[in-house]
Amino acid sequence: MVSNNLNCHFEKGKITVILGGSGSGKTSLLRQVTGLEKPDSGSVYFNGLDLTTMGRKKLYDTRKKMGMLFQGSALFNYLNIFENIAFPLREHTKIADNIIKTIVTMKLEMVGLRGTEKLMPSQLSGGMTKRVGLARAIVMDPEIIFYDEPTSGLDPISTGVIDKLIKDLNQALNITSVVVSHDIKSCFRIADNIIILFYGDIIAEGTVEEIKNSKDLRVKQFINGEPEGPIPFTRTDKNYLDEILFD
Amino acid sequence: MDITAKFGRFTLNRLQILGRSGIFLLAAIFQAFLPPFRIRRLVKEIEFIGSKSFLIVFVTALFTGMVLGIQGYYSLSQFGAEAALGVMVALSIIRELGPVLCSLMVAGRAGSAITAEIGIMKITDQFPALEMMAIDPLKYVISPKIIAGILSLPLLTAFFNLVGIAGGYLVGVKLLGVNEGAYLGKMVLAITFTDIYGGILKSLCFGVLITWIASFMGFTAEPTTEGVSRATTNAVVLISLSILIVDYILTSLLL
Repeated sequence: MVSNNLNCHFEKGKITVILGGSGSGKTSLLRQVTGLEKPDSGSVYFNGLDLTTMGRKKLYDTRKKMGMLFQGSALFNYLNIFENIAFPLREHTKIADNIIKTIVTMKLEMVGLRGTEKLMPSQLSGGMTKRVGLARAIVMDPEIIFYDEPTSGLDPISTGVIDKLIKDLNQALNITSVVVSHDIKSCFRIADNIIILFYGDIIAEGTVEEIKNSKDLRVKQFINGEPEGPIPFTRTDKNYLDEILFD
Repeated sequence: MDITAKFGRFTLNRLQILGRSGIFLLAAIFQAFLPPFRIRRLVKEIEFIGSKSFLIVFVTALFTGMVLGIQGYYSLSQFGAEAALGVMVALSIIRELGPVLCSLMVAGRAGSAITAEIGIMKITDQFPALEMMAIDPLKYVISPKIIAGILSLPLLTAFFNLVGIAGGYLVGVKLLGVNEGAYLGKMVLAITFTDIYGGILKSLCFGVLITWIASFMGFTAEPTTEGVSRATTNAVVLISLSILIVDYILTSLLL
């Protein structure tokens, strides 16, 4: 996905939701913001440091202050729930086992899954693996968490649970949160700020109220989920009749 | 497109993959020698590649040795040289069949599993997840596998040699009545350290080949179901072929 002149910032301690349809460039944006991918040009600043120019070691040090919840949770399928959550602690710290146990139990309590420590990721439902992924993302007490489509593929109740968790974590721990999503309902529930992406461009930016009252037709179409509007449903510019009759 | 250009593009493409895989191997081995050392990961990989291959290697070695016993006896008895059966069995196994067959079996068992495992890790975003947790996936996932391959294969080959020679003994001495002293005694006299050393060196190279190709194919697999299944098949085919080709090259260099 090609983005040009994209300029945005994520307010500290707030929840910013990046909204956009499929192929709008939101996943690419997330990968570039976290340093997983290098943009061809441009910079990404985190705490005043440019992620795109720093070396690997520095980048890894910076990443210790970031958490990320992946769309598929990305849990390690050969480790049980406890070990999955304890993983970053074991790798990066020399914390004693009994303290790791306390930390993991606390994080599991936060996501409401105490008692699942011994289970394997394959034994949990989609919503539960997301919550485990979330517990793992916060186990190092990050300053910022990125959520990649946290509610996609979940039932309404699990969606509500995840939304509440995102909100609670943001308020309780004052973690800056960046959520990439196409779920309008959940977006309005949790967002402080909303950015709407359309084919790599930001077409709207603002608080929930500002977005709801936006006069932009594309924004209206998107938040109301209308199939007809300025955002085209078809992919090609070619005229339908022309293609049928003259090709 | 012009056929020359097509050929050029194809060649460049292949060379690029070869170069990338070379850097991949060197980086993985280099990373293995940098702290932190994850001994537990390494032990786990050795268990998977090495220990769990014991049974399959045992059966392969036993029957290879037994077949060699029968075939060798049949050929040698035509010259009245049954007494050399031990030497024949041991030399074939130690120099050739041990390292090659053992590696082929491990490639089929562990190589395919490595590619599939890494491919699935890729599909489920576990590599970016590691990256986000500030852990180098190459060092965490790949290095232990390659080091485990280097350590396991020579040991498995030694085990193969032992069982293979025992298989030949079983058929030759116990079944066909070759003199026990001749079978073992001549073997001990005829086999030199270079024979053993050559075989073990081969198995070492095959250990690298198996884990390297399997990991690289998994790492570069297209992150879809078909992509991973294709990569797994390709990995086993490519590993088997390269084992046979490298075996020829090493044999001609060592002799």
